[in-house]
Amino acid sequence: MKAKEQILLAHGSGGKLTHELIENLFLRKFFNPILAPLADAALLEAKGVRLAFTTDSYVVKPLFFPGGDIGRLAVFGTVNDLSVVGAQPLFLSCSLIIEQGLDYATLERIVDSIQKAAQEAGVNVVTGDTKVVERGNVDRLYVNTSGVGLVADGVYLSVERIEVGDKIVLSGTIGDHGIAVLSEREGFGFHSEIASDCAPLNGLISRMLQASRRIKFMRDPTRGGLATTLNEIVAGADFGILIEEERIPVREEVKSICELLGLDPFYIANEGKVVAVVHPEDAEAVCQVMWGHELGHQAAVIGEVVAEPRGKVFLRTAIGGTRLVDMLVGDQLPRIC
Amino acid sequence: MKYIDEFRDREIGQRLVQRICREADGAREVVLMEVCGTHTMSIFRYGIRGLLPQNIRLLSGPGCPVCVTPGAYIDKAIAYACLPGVLVTTFGDMLRVPGSRSSLERETAEHNSVRVVYSTMDALEMAACHPELKVVFVGVGFETTAPTIAASILEAKKRGIENYFVLCAHKLIPPVMRALVDSQDLAIDGFICPGHVSTIIGSDAYQFIARDYGIPCVVAGFEPVDVLEAIYLLVSQVRRGVALVENQYRWVVRQGGNPKALALLEEVFEVADSEWRGIGVVPGSGLRIREKYRDFDAEAQIEVEVEPAQEPKGCICGEILKGVKAPLECGLFRSLCTPTTPVGPCMVSSEGTCAAFYKYGGG
Repeated sequence: MKAKEQILLAHGSGGKLTHELIENLFLRKFFNPILAPLADAALLEAKGVRLAFTTDSYVVKPLFFPGGDIGRLAVFGTVNDLSVVGAQPLFLSCSLIIEQGLDYATLERIVDSIQKAAQEAGVNVVTGDTKVVERGNVDRLYVNTSGVGLVADGVYLSVERIEVGDKIVLSGTIGDHGIAVLSEREGFGFHSEIASDCAPLNGLISRMLQASRRIKFMRDPTRGGLATTLNEIVAGADFGILIEEERIPVREEVKSICELLGLDPFYIANEGKVVAVVHPEDAEAVCQVMWGHELGHQAAVIGEVVAEPRGKVFLRTAIGGTRLVDMLVGDQLPRIC
Repeated sequence: MKYIDEFRDREIGQRLVQRICREADGAREVVLMEVCGTHTMSIFRYGIRGLLPQNIRLLSGPGCPVCVTPGAYIDKAIAYACLPGVLVTTFGDMLRVPGSRSSLERETAEHNSVRVVYSTMDALEMAACHPELKVVFVGVGFETTAPTIAASILEAKKRGIENYFVLCAHKLIPPVMRALVDSQDLAIDGFICPGHVSTIIGSDAYQFIARDYGIPCVVAGFEPVDVLEAIYLLVSQVRRGVALVENQYRWVVRQGGNPKALALLEEVFEVADSEWRGIGVVPGSGLRIREKYRDFDAEAQIEVEVEPAQEPKGCICGEILKGVKAPLECGLFRSLCTPTTPVGPCMVSSEGTCAAFYKYGGG
């Protein structure tokens, strides 16, 4: 980007522009080998102990939505970023930027939610910060959480372990969170029962890692959706990914709303799902342990790692054709016709 | 989902592919044009091109309302967004389309005076809630969309809302189809006709193509089974040497269309010549707000200065819209022109041919 250009909303959508901004500005300026993999959490090693460290800011609107709220999201989002790099989440920080005029009852409700979520996830909020800014300078409340976790011996998840033939395992239905928030925000008045899938994945992932030492890599598909996450995995790699449209679980209500609005579930945010790349001989066993966990009832093998085309994600469509699945460009936009 | 899952059924789709292959076996090359941008997207989204035999070629036509809107119109919308006291409301597709120097998306970052709406009625409500602002709705779209804009103008008049305006660039499909076959730039053997435009204008609207030009037409739905069935029907007509209008989208489209919607159009709009980006002026192919409703016509009511439009150098959107060239033949495709740095509208629109090629893998 040139100096006189401006930051657009699309730079925050988790898609192509976000990736360009991260690579061309942040990675370039901050460059170091720990940051370089741009993983969900940074892996740190000191005196033989391996830690994972991550941070995330939450600006979701509205603050409360079916299935969750900004507080719950802020805890589980950071817990999940630690979990997918193989860490057991332990400690969180919690920083709040509060708009002048926010009612105390709302703040208390969110703080209660943060505490409850931390208990569910088995983590503690050990430090934090509070700022209040003038009315209009923030949209009610923004939250940042950073998290630290411990990576056990023998757990090593990396894109570099991925091989052709590995299976792609998805823990459940896609698009629930984004559609739940969108429905609430836009006041569509749908009589839908879609709740956000906002949930802590550490319990599920712990079982998966116990079931197999040949889980190569994991990621939670948040902003930008499943399609963006799979593209991140193949970026610059010497393999590609082929997924089967018919095997990807999507709730009927999510499908219907997407059809109505012209949205694609592949690009819609999730907050309680994990994608894992697993050795083909272990994929079935991993799915079986997932089915026994409340967050993995609809786990499925949705595709596999292929030799060609490299660096790309392809989809075998419902009627048997094939086509490219690209990364999200900007936000999905409602269409004319 | 009812009426959708059945039309994405793999077995039915594969059987249609086999029938198409049998019908096309031994025939010369058959060139079919899908007029509507949503058909282009569906064809790419389901990987249909890859399933067809080599001697069936699909061309994408100009049925993308965003792509065919001239750059000068977008420049005007942007100019409105820069005026104090004006709020520009738009369907999402228009947000990233490049004008001569900027886009509505970039202007949002600068002025915060652009809002995306799902329905034109949302724009009308914004006008009702903000009498201190002039709310301008970017009125782009074909016959599918224009009736709702007409309804919004009638509603505004009924409720006495005086700060709601439409920047009207609605266009009509049958005249541009006539212009395509008259131009003789390409030999088209059959048209896959738009599904939703046809719910308004009816399948009879295409009779002149079959009758005067001897070209078969099939009105098609948007699911892959719909498109495959339409291709089968067209190839079958070509093999038999007939030219008829067939309606594959029978449960949605009627011969005479939707009389209520047509009446709305007739009440609020009149037919006028219209400029199509890359094609030029096509006689009788656009809609203009009638004198009676001129109070709601943004161009008539809100003065703004716009610098002369500049067409981007090297952009061949025009030829792509006519089906004469494919995106892979454009020197800018994937290099200078990408979804994040679009040069022309075909790369940005959710129905743009270049966007489909880029997103789903062209060829």
